[in-house]
Amino acid sequence: MSIKDIFETMDYGPAPEAAGDALAWIVDQGSRFGAFINGEFTTPGDTFETINPATGEVLAQVTQASPADVDAAVAAARKAQDGWERLGGKGRARHLYALARLVQKHARLFAVLESLDSGKPIREARDIDVPLVARHFYYHAGMAQLMEAELPGRAAMGVCGQVVPWNFPLLMLAWKIAPALAMGNTVVLKPAEWTSLTALLFADICRQAGLPKGVVNIVTGDGVVGAALVAHDGVDKVAFTGSTEVGRKIREATAGQGKGLTLELGGKSPFVVFEDADLDSAVEGLVDAIWFNGGQVCCAGSRLLVQEGVAERFHEKLKLRMQSLRVGNPLDKCIDVGAIVHPEQLARIKGLVAGSGGVVTQGTAPEGCYYPPTLIEGLEPADPLMQEEIFGPVLVSTTFRTPSEAVALANNTRYGLAASVWSENVNVALDVAPKLVAGVVWVNGTNMFDAAAGFGGVRESGFGREGGWEGLQAYTKPAAKRKALKVAAPVVGEPELPEGLDRTAKLYIGGKQARPDGGYVRHVFGKGGKALGQVGIANRKDLRNAVEAARGAAGWSGATAHNRAQVLYYIAENLEARAEEFAARIDAVTGKGGKAEVEAAVSRLFSYGAWADKFGGDLRQVPMRGMALAVREPVGVVGAFCPDEAPLLGLISVLAPAIAMGNRVVLVAGEAGPLTATDFYQVLDTSDVPGGVVNILTGSHAELAPTMAQHFDIDAVWSFSASDISAVIERESAASLKRTWVNNGLVTDWDTAEGRAFLEQATEVKTVWVPYGA
Amino acid sequence: MQSTTEGQARSTNGPAQLPQTIDTADAMRNPGMELDMDWVLSARANRSAIERRAVTLPGRRSVKKEYQAAWLARAISCIDLTTLAGDDTEGRVRRLCAKARQPVRADLLEAIGLPGLTTGAVCVYHDMVATAHDALQGSGIPVAAVSTGFPAGLTPFPLRVAEIGESVKAGAEEIDIVITRRHVLQGNWQALYDEMKAFRAACGEAHVKAILATGELGTLQNVARASLVCMMAGADFIKTSTGKESVNATLPVSLVMIRAIRDYHQRTGIRVGYKPAGGISKAKDALVYLSLIKEELGDRWLRPDLFRFGASSLLGDIERQLEHHVTGAYSAAWRHAAS
Repeated sequence: MSIKDIFETMDYGPAPEAAGDALAWIVDQGSRFGAFINGEFTTPGDTFETINPATGEVLAQVTQASPADVDAAVAAARKAQDGWERLGGKGRARHLYALARLVQKHARLFAVLESLDSGKPIREARDIDVPLVARHFYYHAGMAQLMEAELPGRAAMGVCGQVVPWNFPLLMLAWKIAPALAMGNTVVLKPAEWTSLTALLFADICRQAGLPKGVVNIVTGDGVVGAALVAHDGVDKVAFTGSTEVGRKIREATAGQGKGLTLELGGKSPFVVFEDADLDSAVEGLVDAIWFNGGQVCCAGSRLLVQEGVAERFHEKLKLRMQSLRVGNPLDKCIDVGAIVHPEQLARIKGLVAGSGGVVTQGTAPEGCYYPPTLIEGLEPADPLMQEEIFGPVLVSTTFRTPSEAVALANNTRYGLAASVWSENVNVALDVAPKLVAGVVWVNGTNMFDAAAGFGGVRESGFGREGGWEGLQAYTKPAAKRKALKVAAPVVGEPELPEGLDRTAKLYIGGKQARPDGGYVRHVFGKGGKALGQVGIANRKDLRNAVEAARGAAGWSGATAHNRAQVLYYIAENLEARAEEFAARIDAVTGKGGKAEVEAAVSRLFSYGAWADKFGGDLRQVPMRGMALAVREPVGVVGAFCPDEAPLLGLISVLAPAIAMGNRVVLVAGEAGPLTATDFYQVLDTSDVPGGVVNILTGSHAELAPTMAQHFDIDAVWSFSASDISAVIERESAASLKRTWVNNGLVTDWDTAEGRAFLEQATEVKTVWVPYGA
Repeated sequence: MQSTTEGQARSTNGPAQLPQTIDTADAMRNPGMELDMDWVLSARANRSAIERRAVTLPGRRSVKKEYQAAWLARAISCIDLTTLAGDDTEGRVRRLCAKARQPVRADLLEAIGLPGLTTGAVCVYHDMVATAHDALQGSGIPVAAVSTGFPAGLTPFPLRVAEIGESVKAGAEEIDIVITRRHVLQGNWQALYDEMKAFRAACGEAHVKAILATGELGTLQNVARASLVCMMAGADFIKTSTGKESVNATLPVSLVMIRAIRDYHQRTGIRVGYKPAGGISKAKDALVYLSLIKEELGDRWLRPDLFRFGASSLLGDIERQLEHHVTGAYSAAWRHAAS
């Protein structure tokens, strides 16, 4: 076209980013890549092709790592770990700083390579992915620098096995590697098989940065390699970002191995538009929510909920906007939506949309591995596409009438990763944001990320956070070594009636004493075989009833922290009033120490009364005019197996932090001294504890563990049991992907088991982004 | 459909000829409508989200090579070449008018195939209208006059209305009026509407551009509401600034105003023009503005009847870029005629 013609048409014309340097880098490496182990690339073994989805051209051959490669990589990481940790936080900070600098120096190369390999628009790789990668390394260089001062008593986990997805290959690598290295861990990372190249370039950068050999290892290949890595004996911590389906398998595969695990999985994130929102800005927000990276984003705002009064106008604006979205060559600087990462994924998206009801509106897309921006209206919550993650540029929409209905619809999902709320009314926005079940909530915005702000999900979107102080939890552990928990042989005696009037210890459910459903009891014997009484044996139905009661006591989570503190102090007061009775009961079981244990229990209640209004979260320094709030929310309903040792202090140590943070609990009393727990019912009854907040069962830990771990309406399971139930809890939690905190058969020192470690388990960090501006 | 229903409701209240479809309205001047306070007060502008869109836009669109040359030529055709200084003289204005007729060296225009390219208009104070009108005879380039007590707009109301009449009589085909900012800051939308309507009436056949002086309106929400009120009162164009405020045209303000224009078009079928003014001095900025208009309003607005730059130094940078396009060598200011 001549300039004169263009003067009339005002078309954009092509604006291609040059790919020459990136392609030259591939050729310089021989176009065939081995794994990166112990600071060197291995000789390429069995290889597979990595293609440019935009053109179908083969970019390079990448090695399918063998089991021996995985072994070698884990061994190299193990060998390097001690020295890396001993280097100290300040020494590691210098290395992370160098990595950040080198990422910036090679920013364009990384961006072009990422776009070539994944099909994402060069603009996104250049303006979003790569800058966030550099930021993540800078931020964690700072965390390394501050580790000894700010995280006393914490140590590295050891060797981390990390598996990242194909949608943000380099960014997810940074999210995994930066915190791990900062805290003194070494890593073996497996990139997704469709998008390995930027990880291999990063390996090259690690060599340039002079990173000690073995600190970062990259093994490439398909899911088989990932499975071998996460299940590997030599790995201490597993981090995975990817599908919920694979996340479940990893949960099962690692159950009982004593590994740390964080999972960042799928989502179907709601995008809620209230009638008083800036509708044009909300439409633009949707562009960033569902057409960013072609909707191949775990936290994509893929479920639009619009208030009825503006729904029609909003949809008109949205459809108009869809017409101007440009889909095509990812390397073109005028492209909004690039290629779908792989023909397989394209087929999956096509299949899902083809099976949909509703009214489908689509933009345009070129031939090839592309999919047009798509809106599906008129779906109801029951439609599969309102529930299933599509992982493509497909938005589904429905309407709501009131804020509470918006919340109900938004939360009507198995997932809980992210949510957007659009309203100009601060009352509406800040009321709705905390009610949305999600790890991240953006007010009048979407897809904002920063290293200082935690990211992660709840429900089947996984657990653990990446970024911020909370992100370091996953990469550190208490420095103190823990001994194995000895299992005392059960005390057996003659089943005779104790002196005095017969007492019937029942279960404590919903603030009332309830007979066990099964109608069975067992005898409890004290030291020397003396019969102390009988306790009920709770079965799965009792557990179900207790969970229902706990679920019903939702008001507790909304009670003020001051109010919760008052209740904890009141429990302490009433416990102390009966100190002698409890001390005698403990002495009868353990032989001695009852008085001291009661005193410690009262003190513990005081501690958590103190903590109740002092662990609310904080404000994060993100590069934005606005606030990023890291809010500590209660996990919800926590099920816990109390320790068999320390019958009272153990029970209190588990109960108090959980309810102080607003959780409702279903506790299974320690098996050795359950009568202490049943005596405690009366203390609860007299202490203004609302019914259902604390539920206590007595029974077999081994029998109740699988039921509790499987229960879909329990949000977390803790175990301090002497019974060997850690593995079964982790394994059986896979279906619901609930958080677990188990002792792995290791001892807990109940004299000191208090404070942040418990409070962190009792809360989820929700990051609420609130940009503002008059 | 809700918006159509509302549009129809309005058309029964407002002027009877309000068209409902885009095509029939193509050449139609904005007749205005009744002040619709529900609509005005429902306008929202979320500053953070708007700024995010504004910040990312330059990275989302890029125009290269011959496309860039064509776009820059288009920018020239949309410039209101402006001089608004206390020391303006007839000589200075004649020089400006000559530049408007021949904005780029003839050999360069020849090379890009656009001989005869002119700027969109020449914009001057009332006292210079006759001189400019005379200097532009036969060129087809209209004279625009700033009016109504420009820049503050605080002279007596009858004088402001009379000033419009004088400029039209002197040959101005376009009148850039300034609104009373007080009306916006005090939420007196009826007063703003009445004032704008009176100005529009005084313009007669001349087109009227409403300068909102956005740098003095305090919030983007005020910008959105003032934009709507002025369009309802019949403005042919809405314009950001006088060039005399401390903050002039910005991308966020532009986004708010053109979204109001889009809203007005969607609901009434009438296209209102947009003129960012002040602070746009680089060819690159001009490309960003054009892509903003293209993205948010569509290609139809990329014409001088619906889009203008109020600028004095922008042209110089565009000339240098065009010479670079033609020759491949970076240019210098002295190679291009002064205005």
